[in-house]
Amino acid sequence: MIIFTDATVAAGKVTILDQVSVAFAAGPPTVLIGPNGAGKTTMLRAAMGLVKLNSGAISCLSSARRAIVFQRPVMLRRSAAANIDYALARGEARTQRIEELLNLVGLAGFGDRPARRLSGGEQQRLALARALARDPAILFLDEPSASLDPASTKAIEDIIRAVSARGVKVVLSTHDLGQAKRLAGDVVLLHRGRVIEHAPASEFFAEPKTDQALRFMAGELLV
Amino acid sequence: MTGDTSALQLVLTGDPGLYAIVWLSLLVSLSAVACAAVIGVPLGALIALTRFPGREAIIVVLNALMGLPPVVAGLAIYLLLSRSGPLGSWGLLFTPAAMIIAQTVLVTPIIAALTRQTVEDLWLEYRDELAALDVGPIGRIATLIWDARFSLVTALLAGFGRAAAEVGAIMVVGGNINNFTRTMTTSIALETSKGDLPLAIGLGIILIMIIVMINALAWTARRAGERYAG
Amino acid sequence: MLNRRTLLTAALLSASIAFAPSAFAQDKSIIVASTTSTQDSGLFEYLLPLFKTKTGITVKVISQGTGQALDTGRRGDADVVFVHAKSAEEKFLSEGFGVKRHPVMYNDFVLIGPKSDPAGIKGGKDVAKALVAIKDKNASFISRGDKSGTHAAELALWKASNVDVEKETGGWYKAIGQGMGAALNTAGSSNAYVLSDRGSWINFKNKGDLGILVEGDKRMFNQYGVTLVNPAKHANVKKDLGQSFIDYLISPEGQKAIGDYKINGEQLFYPNAEDTGA
Repeated sequence: MIIFTDATVAAGKVTILDQVSVAFAAGPPTVLIGPNGAGKTTMLRAAMGLVKLNSGAISCLSSARRAIVFQRPVMLRRSAAANIDYALARGEARTQRIEELLNLVGLAGFGDRPARRLSGGEQQRLALARALARDPAILFLDEPSASLDPASTKAIEDIIRAVSARGVKVVLSTHDLGQAKRLAGDVVLLHRGRVIEHAPASEFFAEPKTDQALRFMAGELLV
Repeated sequence: MTGDTSALQLVLTGDPGLYAIVWLSLLVSLSAVACAAVIGVPLGALIALTRFPGREAIIVVLNALMGLPPVVAGLAIYLLLSRSGPLGSWGLLFTPAAMIIAQTVLVTPIIAALTRQTVEDLWLEYRDELAALDVGPIGRIATLIWDARFSLVTALLAGFGRAAAEVGAIMVVGGNINNFTRTMTTSIALETSKGDLPLAIGLGIILIMIIVMINALAWTARRAGERYAG
Repeated sequence: MLNRRTLLTAALLSASIAFAPSAFAQDKSIIVASTTSTQDSGLFEYLLPLFKTKTGITVKVISQGTGQALDTGRRGDADVVFVHAKSAEEKFLSEGFGVKRHPVMYNDFVLIGPKSDPAGIKGGKDVAKALVAIKDKNASFISRGDKSGTHAAELALWKASNVDVEKETGGWYKAIGQGMGAALNTAGSSNAYVLSDRGSWINFKNKGDLGILVEGDKRMFNQYGVTLVNPAKHANVKKDLGQSFIDYLISPEGQKAIGDYKINGEQLFYPNAEDTGA
């Protein structure tokens, strides 16, 4: 659905993405892993069209609507319901859709609460609902549970599974290997802006092909 | 408002002249703030969100205009509205409308400059999110203004403070005509010149109390709004 | 909360309220540019309601210094000028800005000073002598310095005393560039002498240590004149309404009203419309 061809992004002399060629195909979630600074966030933002490439290309089915949830989503200074409403397209049955989405992310009854007064986990779920309000074919999630407790993390993962089951292509980044194992259909290992390995999850975790993947999974620092 | 009366007596006896003056002061200053907000808020937001050559210079000028001397603004509007000026045929000189125009000129830079700062700070925070949500330029401005609304109350209050406190501009373009363009501040200037210092200071105290009251109202509204909308 | 719609509504509403009076004002009101001394003396607050009852015309008074009031007339921003500096008024006429000047009334100037009277001029009848004494003693003198009628009269008196105050500015002679009340306030707080019209002085509330030291010299008489701004120069001038105001001022009824205006039993202005040379 999205194909990176030699995509390169640089900020000054630092290369953040280095000739990345990878394809995200329809199906179960794709999980980006790799140490901090590997280029996961930039890759997601580039796929979303928020980052200009220095060279290469990213192609996307024009009909595929994309949405993203940032690692620290910004809630508008309005109620939870109004945050979802903001992302809805014109002319939808708004009240009903808002209720559906709040239900989906487990925030039923929170609609009137000021979004910024919600807890971190609740805000993360509301951000998910807001992204889903755009009815995306592809959903990017940047470290969706980076600073959440296990219960909130589980809630998020359940939503991701439900969304994926509905046919939405999910691409998420994480540095939590457990999460990658629990969710991934395929795994992309990034290091220093390069794709080191891209394989189906079962294969990647059972028999990684590269030295870096082995070391990363063994808990070593990749420098 | 003549004779040996104190300002307190005027308040206690509900002096109609005093109330007319207070009403006109509020009408002029609040209208000026409203007009300045209609111009200044979108203008400030527009400058915050756009990049063009000369933008920095405009920001510097805007910030400098916050200190525009009222009498200079008044004089400029006077020359504009005078019968011998370009807009003389409108017949607005020495009317409350002229005073509103002059104060709008004074207040707009304050509101625009403070809005620019507030919206630009918020823009840094919202930028990615709004881009990801595919919001167009006008939608961005509207969203940022709406989400900055509680901070913008402070900008409006700063503008109101300037309008309510100034005498130089409205004296020149309003003419301090009894029962027509006389406000709290021009009355204070007049009573001072008549040597009735107790009445002048009394009127000054009433003016300060009104300004404090309006600030308290706005602050309460802001707090309540924040509680409900986060 | 102040959203854009309420702001817009408020703006339109207030604009309509504010513009409404100016639309109404087209009917029955005139603008008179006059001097701070007539304003501060309280004459207008007494006279204008009488005129309004009689004719239904509202008179809006802008009180400025005589020079500024004449300029307001020159620009066409007033319908009538009512000031007290004959030579300046005649210049105004000769430039074509006025139709005809009518003398209305006079009051007189008084020389005010502190009770301690460092120049020793109290009770004198010769104002020129008194001014020379002030100069010789280097006693402080506050001048309006605002091109007003009072300022013009003061300069004429210095000239009559052969004192060149231009040279003295900054020393004992201080020009403050403000109205009568401000000049009296300044003199009161700095133990200085000051020339005032009698009306402003009587109506002045902050007399403190000040008192009248010299009065009654013929050279201190202060003639007021009223002039209709020339409609040929400014088409917006409300010729008929302005003329009715002038007619009223110089009519026997208006003249009597002016003579009847008193503060604390003291008459402030002496009507003399019949004295066409004044």
